Amino acid sequence: MFKKILIANRGEIALRVIQACRELGIATVAVHSTADRDSLHVTYADEDVCIGPPPAAESYLKVASIVAAAEITGADAVHPGYGFLAENARFAEMLGECKLAWIGPRPETIRLMGDKAQARRTAAAAGVPVLPGSEQPLAGAAEAERLAAEIGYPVILKAAAGGGGRGMRIVGSADEMGRQFGTAREEADKAFGDGSIYLEKYLAEPRHVEFQVFGDAHGNVIHLGERECSIQRRHQKLIEEAPSPALTPELRAEMGAAAVALAREVGYENAGTIEFLLDRDGRFYFMEMNTRIQVEHPVTEMVTGIDLVRLQIEIAAGGRIEIPNGLTPRGHAIECRINAEDPDRFTPSPGRLETFHPPCGPGTRVDTHAYEDYVIPPYYDSLVAKLIVHDRGRPEAIARMARALDFFVVEGIKTTIPLHRRIVRDPEFVAGRLSTRFMEGFLARRREQQAAEAGGGPAGAAESSAAAASEPATGGTAAGARRAGG
Amino acid sequence: MRVLTFEQIKELVELVSRRGLGGLELERSGFRLKIDGRRVRASASAAAPPAAQPAQPAPVAGSGGEAGEGAAQGDEEAAAAEPPAGSHVVTSPIVGTFYRASAPDADPFVEVGSRVKPGQVLCIIEAMKIMNEIESDAAGVVVEIYPANAQAVEFGEPLFALRPD
Repeated sequence: MFKKILIANRGEIALRVIQACRELGIATVAVHSTADRDSLHVTYADEDVCIGPPPAAESYLKVASIVAAAEITGADAVHPGYGFLAENARFAEMLGECKLAWIGPRPETIRLMGDKAQARRTAAAAGVPVLPGSEQPLAGAAEAERLAAEIGYPVILKAAAGGGGRGMRIVGSADEMGRQFGTAREEADKAFGDGSIYLEKYLAEPRHVEFQVFGDAHGNVIHLGERECSIQRRHQKLIEEAPSPALTPELRAEMGAAAVALAREVGYENAGTIEFLLDRDGRFYFMEMNTRIQVEHPVTEMVTGIDLVRLQIEIAAGGRIEIPNGLTPRGHAIECRINAEDPDRFTPSPGRLETFHPPCGPGTRVDTHAYEDYVIPPYYDSLVAKLIVHDRGRPEAIARMARALDFFVVEGIKTTIPLHRRIVRDPEFVAGRLSTRFMEGFLARRREQQAAEAGGGPAGAAESSAAAASEPATGGTAAGARRAGG
Repeated sequence: MRVLTFEQIKELVELVSRRGLGGLELERSGFRLKIDGRRVRASASAAAPPAAQPAQPAPVAGSGGEAGEGAAQGDEEAAAAEPPAGSHVVTSPIVGTFYRASAPDADPFVEVGSRVKPGQVLCIIEAMKIMNEIESDAAGVVVEIYPANAQAVEFGEPLFALRPD
């Protein structure tokens, strides 16, 4: 087992890894930029090394600094968390060259699945359904038009080197194709240094259902069930849950088998997630594979009882997976990502947390690096906390999430707590009618509701205040929690 | 369970400082003392997890609380290493191992009292087998050299204090 692990990350995930290491009796090294000196992951790590100034490119993404930090502290393994260098195959390789263990899949796997076009081909080879589309990057707009005519519009153009929603364009008809293709190619070249574009069928209202997989160095591969992550805005997930309200045990077995088949096909080691799109008719298609631990891993932990980060460390140290494949999820878990953003405009809101009181109680978990008086720096992502609840079924979990959000007090910055409070009360959410278009519909419903409330005249004003009184009190503030409404 | 006395801890801190040790770690039956020899950040920590109050200096929790004095001593040590007023401090631009000379048997690039020009090589910081020459960004006289030879340094760590010309 490792003696000392360096965590090449920051924020809540760095803390999460440190906690797992502490439980395993493994010493920890935190790396941080000058902006993160007072960060909780630095406080709790056994050692810390300042690796650069605030910009990520000069600190958390600076391979040389992180490798040097591992060298000078004598770390024997590195956990990359998610984001930053977590899917940087070159970084993983360099660590190997320095005799440092990498807590993640083999670099060649990261490279293979990081190329979207190659990942698609690999999935098809493993017998996993893929959306009809180009097998190779497209030669030009003419080929795109020909293929789209075969598959049927709408289609989506995707950058081969993109991901996380970046570098995508929907094309509704043949007359748009020429123009859209040209723009897509230019954008991809600028954003990723690679203008390769491929094309696939576009599904109108799919659900985003992803499967957690794990492989070890002894050939064992399992899946740990799914997460439904359909509630997204601009391809950033807001709320995730496990299990998916749309999956029957049969569909779970079928999709799980496909996920395992793909993981086996590439000899996958350590944690990974296979994302599928599930259409209304129960057909599923491979979308992409993430070769790292994910932000929303806690919902899987809650319904399986397995510590996924600990499992990552054990597997990287040569352990064998001893968990049976295809566990039946127990109960229902929901996670809300609480961001330091305006809940209506989504503009960033960094600054000092004057009050920070997370909820607690049964089935309530908060993964956060924030604390009262902490200053959220403006240089990194806006995730402040992940609020996860677990209960015996979906309706109970929703009620528990609503309660937990009401009891989460954050003052000094704006957060998306009020948004989450509205979403968990939304009839479509409660009914489980989810798709990747959910937020679009939700925000439209909200605008209509606000327009109706703002209707002029005394009647309108009365409606406004009545609506305000019944609307959940301004979320997230202590005063709001006490006030009756608005 | 015997923990160290204040006098014993003070002696150990002075030992680390005088000898320019990178650090010292001592553990005995439930009590652990760690002294970080890097000059401006001497700290003491013990086996229990530190309190999450990052605004305070190095948190210490020890059996019986006697180790608490170690932190105060560490702060005193840190205060002694403050650069002289008006001096220009050259800090490390990278993470690595600090070397005073280009080779084990070579003369150090500079000593206390050396006069240096901007661009003049002051030291080597080695990272991933690459020897990075660190140049002075000011003209002046070296008044303090902070890290010991072969000590690990982080980004922003003070290396040299210069009295500007």
